[in-house]
This record gives sequence, C-alpha cells and structure tokens, in this order.
Amino acid sequence: MKYKVNEKGYYGDFGGAYIPEMLYPNVEELRQNYLKIIADPDFQKEFHQLLKDYVGRPSPLYLAKRYSERFGANIFLKREDLNHTGAHKINNTIGQILLAEKLGKKRIIAETGAGQHGVATATVCALRNLECVIYMGEVDIERQAPNVARMKMLGAKVVPASSGSKTLKDATNEAMRDWINNPVDTHYIIGSVVGPHPYPDMVAIFQSIISEETKKQLLEQTGSDQPDYVLACVGGGSNAMGMFYHFMDDENVKLIAVEAAGKGVSSGFSAATTYLGNEGVLHGSRSILMQTPDGQVVEPHSVSAGLDYPGIGPQHAHLFKTGRGQYVSITDEESLEAGLLCTQLEGIIPAIESAHALAYLEKMEFKGGENVVICLSGRGDKDLDTYIKYFNL
Amino acid sequence: MNRIKKLFQEKKNILSIYYTAGYPNIGDTIQIAEALQKSGADVLEIGFPYSDPVADGPVIQASSKQSLDQGMTLKLLFEQLKDLRKNVTIPVLLMGYVNPVLQFGVEKFCEACAEVGVDGCIVPDLPMVEYEEFYKDCFEKHHLSNVFLITPQTAEERIRKIDGLTNGFIYLLSSSATTGKNLEVGNTTEAYFSRIKNMNLKNPTMIGFGISDKQTFDKACSYANGAIIGTAFVKAIADGNLEESVSNFMKKFKD
Repeated sequence: MKYKVNEKGYYGDFGGAYIPEMLYPNVEELRQNYLKIIADPDFQKEFHQLLKDYVGRPSPLYLAKRYSERFGANIFLKREDLNHTGAHKINNTIGQILLAEKLGKKRIIAETGAGQHGVATATVCALRNLECVIYMGEVDIERQAPNVARMKMLGAKVVPASSGSKTLKDATNEAMRDWINNPVDTHYIIGSVVGPHPYPDMVAIFQSIISEETKKQLLEQTGSDQPDYVLACVGGGSNAMGMFYHFMDDENVKLIAVEAAGKGVSSGFSAATTYLGNEGVLHGSRSILMQTPDGQVVEPHSVSAGLDYPGIGPQHAHLFKTGRGQYVSITDEESLEAGLLCTQLEGIIPAIESAHALAYLEKMEFKGGENVVICLSGRGDKDLDTYIKYFNL
Repeated sequence: MNRIKKLFQEKKNILSIYYTAGYPNIGDTIQIAEALQKSGADVLEIGFPYSDPVADGPVIQASSKQSLDQGMTLKLLFEQLKDLRKNVTIPVLLMGYVNPVLQFGVEKFCEACAEVGVDGCIVPDLPMVEYEEFYKDCFEKHHLSNVFLITPQTAEERIRKIDGLTNGFIYLLSSSATTGKNLEVGNTTEAYFSRIKNMNLKNPTMIGFGISDKQTFDKACSYANGAIIGTAFVKAIADGNLEESVSNFMKKFKD
C-alpha cells in the first residue's frame, strides 16, 4: 500500500487539494463520499454490468506474435482500443457518472484535449440523460473536428477555451471556473489522474480495472500474474495508472511510463514532464510540472493531443521520485514510426498516445522470453490526419 | 501594531482596491499604489500574476497575461516594491496563487514581504491545512496577516476555524463565482451576509466579488467592515492617463 494515497490525500510529497474556497464544498463532498459510494455493492454491480455490456470488457490481452518475434520477448497488448468509444477513458466516465448520480448532480462538465475524454463523457451523459458541457481548447477544436462532431451528436455543448495556449491545460482551467460558478448541482468529471484529492485516487480506482483484468489474463496465458515489464504512455497518466495499479506492490515488476518528448526534450517543444519539470502546484495538486523559475506554467508540445499536458498526476510524481517507476520519453517521430510498425506487424492502428509506449520497445534490451505488457490505450482513427500528413499516405 | 489591525480599529466602510502588478505597463505598480492612496483607497491588494488563474474571470486573467508577457516576476515585483513605503502608508496585501510563492520559496517570500513593508497576503489556492502546517509560523514570524476566503457554501464550523487561523480580515465572497461577476444582492445573499454578521467573528470582514459602484459598495458596507473592488478597477485603468483614470474611478465611491 506504500504507493497509495494516505488519509491526508498525499502520495509522499505529492497530492493534496490546492483549491480556492469556492471549490471546497464540492471537493469535500466528493472526498467524504467517494470510497463509500464505490464500495457499495449496488454501485459495483451496476458499474461492472455497464463495463461488460456497454463498454465491452474485459478487453483482450493479446499476445502479439510478430511484435514478439521482432523484439525477442513476449509482447502482450492490453487492448483498451477495443472499448466502446475507442479508448480507456470510458472506464472512468462510467464510474464517475454513476457516482455523480448518487450525489444527486444534474449537470456534468469535463475538459478534453484530443476529445477522447470529451466523447467518453458525452457518451455516458447521453446514456444517463444528464446535461453535458465540454470545455475544449480552441486549437484542439480545430485539429480534432470529428470528435467535436461526435460530442455534439451525443448532445453535449462544446465550449471553446480561448485563454493561454488554447489546449488541454486551458480547457481544464475553464472547467474549474465553470465549477466555481456552479457550486451546487454540477459534477466535474476530470479525465485523468490529476486535480485535487480525491480525483487522482478516484480516477485511478476506476481505471484499475485495466491491471485487474491483466493479472487474471496473464495468469491464464503464462501461468504467472507477474510480467517482467509493464509499459504505458503518460500525459496526465490515467491509462498508465490503471495499467500499473495492481502491479505497484509487486516490486519485481518493472513499471515504465513513457512521456512525450515532442520534438526532443531540449527542443523547447516537449511534454517530457519528469525530465523538464520540477515540483509545484497545478490544477489543484502538488506534483511535477513544467514551469519557469518564477513558477509560471510552460506550454507543452506533443504531436499527440492526449499527452500535450505540462504536468503529471501526483501518484506518478511519487512513483517517479521513489524510483518505483521508470519515466522515459519518446519523440513525435519515434511514436509515429512505431504507430506504423504496429499497424504493419499486427494490423492494429494505435492512437499516437499509445504509440509512444510501443516505441519504447526499440530502446529496451531483452535476453529472450521476458513477458512485457503494453497498454494499447486507444485506437488511431482519430489520428489518421496526422499519420496521413507524416507518411504522405 | 500591524497596519491592517489598526485600520479596522479606527475606520468603518473600508474601501480596498485590487490591481494586477505590472499592468497596464510593467513599471506602473508603485504609481498606481500612490494614486490610489491619494484618491482615498484604504487598503491595497496588489496581485502578482500567474499563468493559470482558475479563480479569476476574463478581465483579471487578461491583465495577468499582459503583465507576464511584459516580464513580471515575483523577483521583479519585490524590486519595484522597495519604494513602496516612501509614500504609501495604508495597508498593502499581496494577492496571487501558491505556485509562484512555492518556487520563490516560502521563507524567502515572507522575508521579502516584510522587508518592503507588505502587511499580509491572500493566496486563494493555499488550503487551510497546508497553511496551518507549513506556512503559519513563517507568516507570523514576519508579522504577515493571511486572509482566507469564505463563500455562501462555507459551513459554519469551517468559518470558525478560518476565524481562528487568520489575523487580518476575512474575505467574504458575495457568491461562489470567478472574479468579475456582478453583485446581485437578492434575499439569499442578504441572508448569508446577515448570518455571517451575526456570527460575531473575531476578525473583521470585507465583501468582495461583484462590487463596482457606490450603490453596491454601500450595500456591502451595511453587512461588513468594507468591500473589495477588483475587476471594475482593472478595467478602468486599461488605457488613458493613469492618474486621471484612478482619480475618476475613485470619485464614484466618494460622496
């Protein structure tokens, strides 16, 4: 349990709830109730029923044979790309929408970068007939038009965030402002393991289904529930936290988190937070973030909108600082090449986010026979434009 | 005695003005302070800008961004404030978000405040528990007041706790809102203001968020020791002659 949150809402030096008083009643209501609600048998029943019948879980753990041959290890892909709406994001939105209902909330807000979390939120709002407002950076609205259309079709109102860099960080600011101005009937579905306590813990719990299933599937397929390596990409870090969750206390399992190096960690266009950042407070928690010496948040860059975030969740900061997790980075180009390789070897077009995790295989050395699990967090349909441009398809 | 305590003992209907340091021009910080004092402001809240001000509406966000783009940092602000106490005698607080303070260093920040003659701070995203555990001793050592915010949703028990922790005044938000919304004093707001008034807190209270003219100011003063004006002032000094803008704005609040 040494990597889990403590009673004060901290993971070692990281976490807490750095929020203005206007947000306190909402966050406190959540803090007092989330564990109780999640533990309730009725909640569990409904949550798992929806994950099974609506999302399509369990997602397969697929032994990728041609990949394995190429890299000389047993490469397993955890197929979150096969979930309804095409990514792991829906695991969390299903959990939070049920929780919001139990809290009697009538209105749902969320932030989104690439639009995956926005679509996953709009989807569950349609499913449960709740009002839905999605904040999205103006820049992202332009580069993710199909997801904007999806959200609108699902009945959500998409509000452009026009401040700052007009991307995920600014959409998050706008969603927080909305919550401040609507303090009673609104629930904010944060899409990653970031934000004030209890969000990082709550989102991690909902995403932990990924590693819970993986352990069972590994045991069936390999005879052991302990792989040698577990890999996942990290923006805020929700798929990685879900993928690491049930392996954190298995100290012999190496956890590798892959950040987006953008055009290179020293290029000035990067989102490699643990490499470029230091400790500070962003979006309600103490963690590691990219900032100037004066404490102003630096604009990140990544070809992948889902990794284009200047911070990481506090639990990741803790795994990084304690050395439990190894945090590495992959450039835009390396990720796109890995995306193509995965498509050609396995017939799976991965999201560019997930392709960052795949790309790190090129940098690993295997003796042969190791078991490696990679979280394929999403499918690449949304990224076709980027792939088309890069490869002149 | 701290300037804040002295002021509240001596005066009613206190008018506190917020402005963003380094806005509209990077070198305006002291000039605005002096002009405000001259036109009758009782307290100054000087904002140090932050890139991600989640509690602020568009006007203060834009002023913060402009100030940062012009090169404002906490280090530069403290250099500018070296001349603060040459002419300014009224209480001055610094207001901003916690991350720049963390990077500057909490101890160093408190020392710098004391050195230039700042009387207190308002850091909206610094939680009470963190303040109590890690900041309070340092603030008190340097005789800095720390001001907390409360909203209509803040529970009574929590208000009592805040009252016990602070030693300047309590910042009463007229509603849960980002800065710059208009104050509509309906029945529920009045009931909330009355509820707080009847709690007989040990600290004085100042009402903020949505005060923009004499009428709303007077209304606020009937429930609290005074009121805070931010957005309306920041808007008023956006362009034109600074001295004139300040004096014209302040005239609206005088009889």
